[in-house]
Parts: sequence; C-alpha cells; structure tokens
Amino acid sequence: MYAGMLRVRMFEERVRELFAGGRIPGFLHTSVGQEAIAVGVCAALRGDDYVLSTHRGHGHLVAKGGSMRGLMAELYGKATGICHGKGGTMHIADASVGYLGANGVLASGCVLAPGVGLSIRQRKSSQVVITFFGDGAANRGPFHEGVNMAALWKLPVVFVCENNRWASTTAHGLSTAGGSIAARAAGYGIPGETIDGNDVLAVWRTTAKAVERARSGEGPSLIEAHTIRWVGHHEGDAQSYRTRDEAAEGRRRDPIARLGKVLEGKKLLDAAHIARIREGVTAEIDAAVAFAEASPLPQPEDALTDLFAHYPWRD
Amino acid sequence: MPILEYADAVGLALREEMRRDPTVYCIGEDIVLGVPFGCTRGLIDEFGPDRVLNAPISEAAIVGSAMGAAMTGLRPVVDMHFADFVTCAMDEVANQIAKSRYMFGGQIDCPLTLRMPYGIGRSGGGHHSNSVEAWFVATPGLKICIPSTPADVRGLLKTAIRDPDPVLVFEHRGLYRVTGEVPEEEQLIPLGSAEIKRPGRDVTVIATARLVHEALEAAQRLSEEGIEVEVVDPRSLVPLDRETLAQSVRRTNRVVIAEEGPMRGSIGAWLAWVIMEDCFDDLDAPIARVAGPNIPIPFSPPLEAFATPNAEDVMAAVRKVVK
Repeated sequence: MYAGMLRVRMFEERVRELFAGGRIPGFLHTSVGQEAIAVGVCAALRGDDYVLSTHRGHGHLVAKGGSMRGLMAELYGKATGICHGKGGTMHIADASVGYLGANGVLASGCVLAPGVGLSIRQRKSSQVVITFFGDGAANRGPFHEGVNMAALWKLPVVFVCENNRWASTTAHGLSTAGGSIAARAAGYGIPGETIDGNDVLAVWRTTAKAVERARSGEGPSLIEAHTIRWVGHHEGDAQSYRTRDEAAEGRRRDPIARLGKVLEGKKLLDAAHIARIREGVTAEIDAAVAFAEASPLPQPEDALTDLFAHYPWRD
Repeated sequence: MPILEYADAVGLALREEMRRDPTVYCIGEDIVLGVPFGCTRGLIDEFGPDRVLNAPISEAAIVGSAMGAAMTGLRPVVDMHFADFVTCAMDEVANQIAKSRYMFGGQIDCPLTLRMPYGIGRSGGGHHSNSVEAWFVATPGLKICIPSTPADVRGLLKTAIRDPDPVLVFEHRGLYRVTGEVPEEEQLIPLGSAEIKRPGRDVTVIATARLVHEALEAAQRLSEEGIEVEVVDPRSLVPLDRETLAQSVRRTNRVVIAEEGPMRGSIGAWLAWVIMEDCFDDLDAPIARVAGPNIPIPFSPPLEAFATPNAEDVMAAVRKVVK
C-alpha cells in the first residue's frame, strides 16, 4: 500500500507538471493528498471487482491496476490512450480491470452502481462494486436514489465518499446540511462509517468489512473518508476561497509519510527501501510518459468511430 | 394472422425476448401490475421478481442502474412509465448512456432499451403528454424508433432488445388500444427501415406514430376528392431510412411531414432538411409541415384538442402542397 500510494502521488505530480508544461489538454483534477482512499479501498478488492469513479479519478484507476501507459496516453489525447483519446481525464474507463468509468457528472456513479450490483447478483457472481463520490456529490439526487435502491434490494455495492472538504470552491459546511454524510446511511438502514481517509490502514480495514458484507449478500455500506485536497479543484485554480493553512495541514497529515512512519517503526521500511520504490515508480512513469510522447495523435476522422457497435454508421 | 392490441404486442415482444435470452429483464415503476398501459401485465407470473423489477420512483436510479447492468452483461428493458419523466433521468440518458461506448473508446457495450410511453390525449396535461423524441434525436449515441402499429412495435422492440447499443422505443400512449395483425411467427424489423403504409402518386406524407393513423384517415378522405396520398412511416428516426423517403418523394414530388411534437426544433424540421438535401430538384412545391403548436400541452379538452394535430391538419397541408 505504501508503494501503491507513492505510485498515485508521483503519477499525479508528474501529470501536474506535464499539464503546466502544456503537454496535456483539458480540465485537470488531481488527487494529490487523497491517495490513501484510492489505495486503501482497492487493496480490499479482488481483481474482478468493479469500480465507478469520479472526475478526480486517476488515482482510482492506478490503484485498481489500470495501465499507467494507457492512462497517460489518454491524458495526452493520443490514439494509444485507453479510450483512443475520446474520453480524456474525466471520462476514462478501463474495462480490463473492471474500472467502469470516471465521470464528469457528480454522483452519477451512485445510480450506475445498483445496476452493476443487479448484474452481479443475476450472474450469481461474488463480485462487488465500489462507487467513489465526493462530499459535494452527496447533495445530488442520484446519491439518494442509488443508496435507496441498493439498500432496498441488498445489492453488493460499497458507496465511498471522499470528503475533501470542498465542493469545487464551496466549503462542505456551506453546502451540506447535517454535516455528516455517513449519518445519511441510517436513513436507508445500512451501515455508515466515518473514517480518517488519510489513514490507509483504516480505509483498507473499513472497506474490507463493507466488501465482506456486500459479498455475503447483506447489502451495501456507506463509508465517509475525510481527507484534504492539497491542490486546487482543478489545475490553475487560484484557491482564493481557502487559506494556505489547509494545504499545510494536508502536508502535515500526509498519508504516505504516515504509513511510512508506521512501517519504519516496525522495521519494515527504511530509507534505502523507499529510494528503491521511488526509483521503480519513476521508471514506470518515465516509460508511460515516453510512450505517450511517442504515440501518434488520433486522425481527425477517428472522431466518427465508436459511436455505435457497428461502423461506418449511417445517420 | 392474429389481431392484437398494440399494448399486447409490446407484451408479446417482451415475453419472447425474455424467454430467448435470460439476461433480458424489465425494470420500471408499477410494471408488475402493468399500470397504467398494461404492456407488462402478467410478465411476473412467468419470469418472477428477479426479472420483472418494480422499482422505487427513482427515475435516475432506474435508468442509471439499467446502464450499470448493461455495461456488465445484462440487457435491461426500462419502462419509463411516462416519457415525460425521463427529465428526472436526463443525465443518465443523455450524458451517460448515450456517451458510454464513445467516450470509453468502444470498450464497453451498453445494450439497453428504454420504452418511452409518450404523447397527447385524455387530458393528461403538461407532465403526461409530451412528445420528447426530438430531444433524443439531437443526442448522438442513441438509436430511436417510433412504431405506429402492433406488428411494428413487436418487431422493432425485439430488434431494440437485441441491439448492442442503447435504443429508445417511443410508444404513443394513444395507440396502446389500437389493434392490428401481428404475424404468428417471429418477426424482427431492422432499425432504419421505413415502410409505405399506403401507396399514392400525388403527395408523400411522412408521418410518425399517431400521425400515421391520422395521415391514413386523411389519405382515405382525400382519395374521395381524387388526391392520392402516399403515407410513409420512417419507423426509426435513428438510423433513418433516407432512401425509402427519397424514393417516395421522387415519385410524388410533393411532401408533407406530420408529427405530434411542437413545430420548433423538431423531427419534422430535421426531416425537411433531409428531404431538401436528398431531393431538392425533385420538389414541385415547398415542404409543408403538420406539428403541435409551441406550447406546453394544456389540460382542458378544447385546449388539448387545439394542441393535437389531426387528420384535418394533414388534409389542409396536403391541399396546400398540391395547389
């Protein structure tokens, strides 16, 4: 999990640099500081479990085992991207690892998830589906509709709220009545847990419990994981709405350093080991960047493919 | 050939496809009892509650869950109850379902069917009467059919359910009690195949759903005056059988386009452009259109009647183009 978090962190930091350098187009939302949730949740999953993600989804895909090369090329808008350049940062999926899509619309995954759960049940499979969403998304109708349906039909879904305190530029307290999102679970008769989302072990333990419950047919759970977004809502966000103290607090509560301390205390990790992990991750990211840089852009007329199963398409 | 009501033809198609393919299931509000139109009545007895899902009144979750299921191996058939309520699931239809294959670079199939009971009549009023098909024709990534007869709805719905992509089937609620012959044997009608419902040499009336029946009545009455109207039903709007429409227009050289939805930004406006592009030199008169007024559908019977295009309107439009 330590290496997993570093992979997400270093990937996102590199993507930020590439974006600033003009190599990556679009509206970029990175998950720097929030790595423990992506990694802790995915560590509790099997390879064939499903994940539905958000606009801030790179970390979820990397943690789920998606191809870093394919993801990087997609962020570049290259023909070799996982979605051939049609999805980009906010609309990427990697079906090969059960990653059923980032999503540009908040809480949309919350209503897709019950259907994935129905499909799992109908196929008599023991898979589960995780749907990530932010604190802002918990105020949209689909969150409530999706939780209600999944709870009603005891579907194998785990709803994971990444509460990073900000719905874009609006503070949690100014957008969310009642304060607690986990408490909303009670209204639907399912377990709701509030956890420190910067403690990867707590995330993993809590998710594992919810996954076990889902797999055994007892139905969904809701996890609210508190974290801190180190960066702006999107790259280029001047963040005039918050003080520098918050990002500093985020760095003090760095989930990677925190787990590092635990592991060092148990003599499971040392500086040399960390250096080796960093070296490996750097090489992996370098290779992904080189692949993306060397890859061709799509041909303009490729814009007409993939609309329907059969091509060419007649209007 | 057996005579069936349109609603029973819908039920027949559902039953046939559910028997054929265990991944097909139905979901919607009140579908166990088949309220209010009777299409899904009795399915529960044969297929049980796992495949006939009475959903909470949660349109976003009904439609969204259908997409989640379709992406992972099932073939959902959603009953939208009233097509008007699709506004509560507009993100799911227009942003998610329509774009899933495309945005994800063709990785993920989304084979689902949305049954859209729509249309004017019986003082349904502003939230139960609208023709919303134009919204979805304007949304790339969706296939759209609009059957006018029991045989057509059975054949097109079956095709829709088997299609690898999302298909919206617009079922005019005023047609559910209309009867017609439905072949005993299995019949699949391909998307993108228009049908000439009545041949005629003088004017082509391109009409959809209820207006097909109004156009047929108009054709009958005009025939007594010596005007022979050809009624062409596109049956599916996406894909559109441009060739059959164009062939008809090349024979008659005059066109009326008739639909129930509002005049502005509509199916007819788009079809008129299609005809102009394909057959401009064949036209002997400007294209005339029959459509609803640009108002919400009102409640009171005389007001509703004012908003309801009918055979008289088609006749007036035909007279205009043959003048």
